[in-house]
Amino acid sequence: MTVIEDTALKLDPEEARRVRQERLERIGKWVLPLAIMVLAIWLWDRICVWNEIPQYILPRPGVVLQTLHDDAGLLSSSLLVTLRITFLSLLLAVIGGVGLAVLFAQSKWVEMSFFPFAIVLQVTPIVAIFPLINIYINNQTTKLLLCAWIVAFFPILSNTTLGLNSVDRNLRDLFKLNGATRWQQLRYLRLPAAMPYFLGGLKIAGGLSLIGAVVAEFVAGAQGQSSGLASRIIEAGYRLNAPRLFAALILISLTGILIFLVLSLVSHLILRRWHESALKQER
Amino acid sequence: MIQEKVARKPASSESPMLLSLRNVGKVFSNGVTALSKVDLAIREGDFLSLLGPSGCGKSTALRLIAGLSTPTAGQLDWRGSIDRSNIGFVFQEPTLLPWASVFDNVWLPLRLKGVSRANAEPAVMEMLSRVHLNGFETAVPRELSGGMKMRVSIARAMVTKPRILLMDEPFAALDEITRFKLNNDLLELWQDERFTVVFVTHSVFESVFLSSRVVVMAARPGRVFGELAIDAPYPRDEAFRTSPDYAALCRQASDVLVNAINSTAGSHHDGH
Repeated sequence: MTVIEDTALKLDPEEARRVRQERLERIGKWVLPLAIMVLAIWLWDRICVWNEIPQYILPRPGVVLQTLHDDAGLLSSSLLVTLRITFLSLLLAVIGGVGLAVLFAQSKWVEMSFFPFAIVLQVTPIVAIFPLINIYINNQTTKLLLCAWIVAFFPILSNTTLGLNSVDRNLRDLFKLNGATRWQQLRYLRLPAAMPYFLGGLKIAGGLSLIGAVVAEFVAGAQGQSSGLASRIIEAGYRLNAPRLFAALILISLTGILIFLVLSLVSHLILRRWHESALKQER
Repeated sequence: MIQEKVARKPASSESPMLLSLRNVGKVFSNGVTALSKVDLAIREGDFLSLLGPSGCGKSTALRLIAGLSTPTAGQLDWRGSIDRSNIGFVFQEPTLLPWASVFDNVWLPLRLKGVSRANAEPAVMEMLSRVHLNGFETAVPRELSGGMKMRVSIARAMVTKPRILLMDEPFAALDEITRFKLNNDLLELWQDERFTVVFVTHSVFESVFLSSRVVVMAARPGRVFGELAIDAPYPRDEAFRTSPDYAALCRQASDVLVNAINSTAGSHHDGH
């Protein structure tokens, strides 16, 4: 008995090396990108100093940080404007994307008839559509929302449609055998089955709705009517206020990263018990 | 446990008729004849196995009985007022909802009939204990072994107390030890509840061990080739598995199956 236990407890050298390797990789995953980031910022600072680059062309990182602090009031109110457009359009993209996908799932004919139009809407650059929207819609918020929505809804629609149509054939038969209504089949089978696909689409749409909000504001910002982060960037560009330009840019990036992380977390929490993508690999 | 039960006679010719297939044929849209001129009488309380090689239409026959597909010729006559709610179906794979707990999976057929969780609970818990899954209510399918998943699938099929249970090679993907265990448990359940079973398999040994009748089918076109009554008394247990009677019956069934396979021209068969 004891002999068996002893050998079971001791790892052979190869296994031990693998465990060590794994531990290193786990640490490296966080430490390496951070180290590179710190190095890059340091290099940025040094380049500014060595080459005596003026602040209005390339500000030093410290100056940008200082601007983030000094202009906090202005920037945060702009950030709120951009965030509002982003989240509202993401919400509308979810409602519109899932709603259309469910509609498409009701009949092959509906899908065949309308899906091409969704693609047309997706592949036409939003910048090219915006002048039209500008003519037909007066309300500034509505304009921006519509823009961001057009950019963001497609991945949700396309992924959810795929998910709703990817239900196991036997499970469909099971529901049929038990006399499930259309609604029951949707509620208890197709929607849960489409969840991983939908969440995949949501992650893409989260980033796109931010991009949509910023791009829309850029185009609209030419009229000088809006006050989001994009207008701050345009404005700062006109005034050669590079530190503020960088500060706004960093805020937009951070927002994008945050949206992605939050949506990844949501996805993980919903899928962790059952879906392959969220399961830890056991060896 | 099994030994204590009253020996049960296989359904005899006096048992009332449950379903008869008359001259049933099925041609798929691609022109393949899956079934041709099938006559089959299923009596109340039968444990009937459909045994045959791949492509003999045994699964198609099961789907016809389940109402999942309609015959292109002949007819199915159900005795009395039997409808879909009287049919339980167990698929080749466990076919569980991966996101739902064991409890919710078994509750599903009742839920679809509008039974609330609270009202369904006694029936669900009883079925789970019948398939020896007490304590696993909150587990999700991926946390279970293959055999346990199949038990959930059987519990789900039985929770509505169907009069006929249709099983499409349910244990084919399991290892032998698990399969034997599930065979025994299925027989125990069958003897307690007295429902009718139609069991599709390509295993001679499994069909003889379980069934009161074995119907052998042949391929191209799918048809009934012969029938064998398995007269060994129930309950059947591990002792039966090693008995000379069992071996002789397997030999008989195997002979019929070999003839069925040879009856198909060019007798090489591939998956359907």
